[in-house]
Amino acid sequence: MALLDTRSKDIRNLPGFGLTATLAVAFLYAPILFLVLYSFNSGRSISRLDGLSWQWYQAVFANEEIAGAALNSVLLAVIAASVATVMATAAALAMVRMKVRRKAAAYAVLNFPLMVPEIVTAIASLIFFSSVGLGLGFGSLVIAHTTFCIPFAYLPITARLTSMDPALESAAADLFARPWRRFTLITLPLLAPGLMSGWLLAFIVSLDDFIISSMLSGPGSTTLPVHIYSMLRLGITPEVNAVSSLMVLVSALVVITSGLIARKQT
Amino acid sequence: MKLHRLLLAPSLGTILIFMALPIAITTLYSVLTPAQYGGVIWKPSAEAYIRLLFERDIFDDTLTFNTDYLQILGRSVLQAGVATLLCLIIGLPTAWFIATRPPGQKSLWLMLVTVPYWVNLLVRTIALLLILRDEGPINRALQSIGLTDGPLPLAYNNFAIGLGLVSSFLPFMILPLYAAIERFDFSLLEAAYDLHANRRKAFFAVVLPILRPGLIAGGLLVFIPGIGSYLAPDILGGGKTLMLGNLIGMQFQGSRNWPFGAALSTILMAVTLIALFIVARRAAREET
Repeated sequence: MALLDTRSKDIRNLPGFGLTATLAVAFLYAPILFLVLYSFNSGRSISRLDGLSWQWYQAVFANEEIAGAALNSVLLAVIAASVATVMATAAALAMVRMKVRRKAAAYAVLNFPLMVPEIVTAIASLIFFSSVGLGLGFGSLVIAHTTFCIPFAYLPITARLTSMDPALESAAADLFARPWRRFTLITLPLLAPGLMSGWLLAFIVSLDDFIISSMLSGPGSTTLPVHIYSMLRLGITPEVNAVSSLMVLVSALVVITSGLIARKQT
Repeated sequence: MKLHRLLLAPSLGTILIFMALPIAITTLYSVLTPAQYGGVIWKPSAEAYIRLLFERDIFDDTLTFNTDYLQILGRSVLQAGVATLLCLIIGLPTAWFIATRPPGQKSLWLMLVTVPYWVNLLVRTIALLLILRDEGPINRALQSIGLTDGPLPLAYNNFAIGLGLVSSFLPFMILPLYAAIERFDFSLLEAAYDLHANRRKAFFAVVLPILRPGLIAGGLLVFIPGIGSYLAPDILGGGKTLMLGNLIGMQFQGSRNWPFGAALSTILMAVTLIALFIVARRAAREET
């Protein structure tokens, strides 16, 4: 037994693990790739590929309801992500300078939206906005989205902030820079990559939401996922595939952008 | 100190007013009387919680034990539990594999696993239905090579819902496990072998305790959204098999029984908080 060769003991490379990882990735991507492929189908079928064409994209771009819903979604995501990023930045700046004991409660509140199941948030918001008289619609959507975006914006910002060298700020202070100048000249530029990834994460999380938006959107404030869901009543059509593929494209662009930011950071 | 409060106030205030307060109001609504077209009448009533267990006869008001809603609750816990287990079985080897790659490959694999998380969940669920349908590529491939005569029932059942939950939340399992394995110092293993531990013993005595925080975090991140999941049962289950999330949603759409929906949501929130509390206390105890 003592003569067992060391390779068989090395549990860094275990048999079948590479295969599992490959299959897991395939399982995550295959459906999406299939959906994108069929969005280019020239026929109406979603099970037989007749040829390639842009026609379903043209149909999507010509559809005013889809355009309206897409505009709502983007506007909502931009406002919610921006407000959430500003609030999260302020919170992160306070948190890095606070004592550990006082931090715990604030930390729990900041992370609270991550712990609540989405359906609970959705119906709680519906009850809240209709009972306080704010009603449903774009305003309520903005408030609800901003709220659940805060922790997503907070995480990358606080990660960036804690990795920054506090000596730089003290150096600025030694050179008699006022607090506000210290913040705009030193802290903010160094924090920029964190702000950008926080904003992008919040943006995509807002764009991803279906259930909260579907409970809160009134007539005229339908978001794109809510509209796609209503299109499903007629089954999966090539138009559904095309508009879904466009959402995949937006996600891909956001991922690439945040990847580039992360690379610049290091 | 004042500045810190000023900086924290907007975010904490927003979360407390627009998320914590609404959840508290929801709990209050669960003990009120339903109004006919949605909303509530301000009269206390335990009817929502009674309804969970009993059916009230419309003529003589007698209560008979009814397990319909308990079954939905049980099915949700079971579906989420099975999905968590499957995510673990797939996620652990995957995370292990990624964490032991050379740095360049590591970031590529990590990106591959993270990207689907950024893709809209509704879109991912539709895409999964597209390949599981009777006329989908899997069934057509199986039939064309003659393995099956007719289409296999892959969509619109519990299997499809489970698969949907796994594909929705698999990245949530892989990432915390990866973080735990990444931190693992492999020389500890060599030490274990020097002390004559075999592979099995080394795994259970050395590796597993270090992975535990990652396992717990991953498990919670899959299980909690799994129980309340709405889209997977709705789209992949074909509306035939309900889960808790759908049952809650229904009370605010068609059925219009807000207190009952609020009660179900309160129960879901309570289960979530209890799970988090147990985990947090355990973590605190282990630290000391």
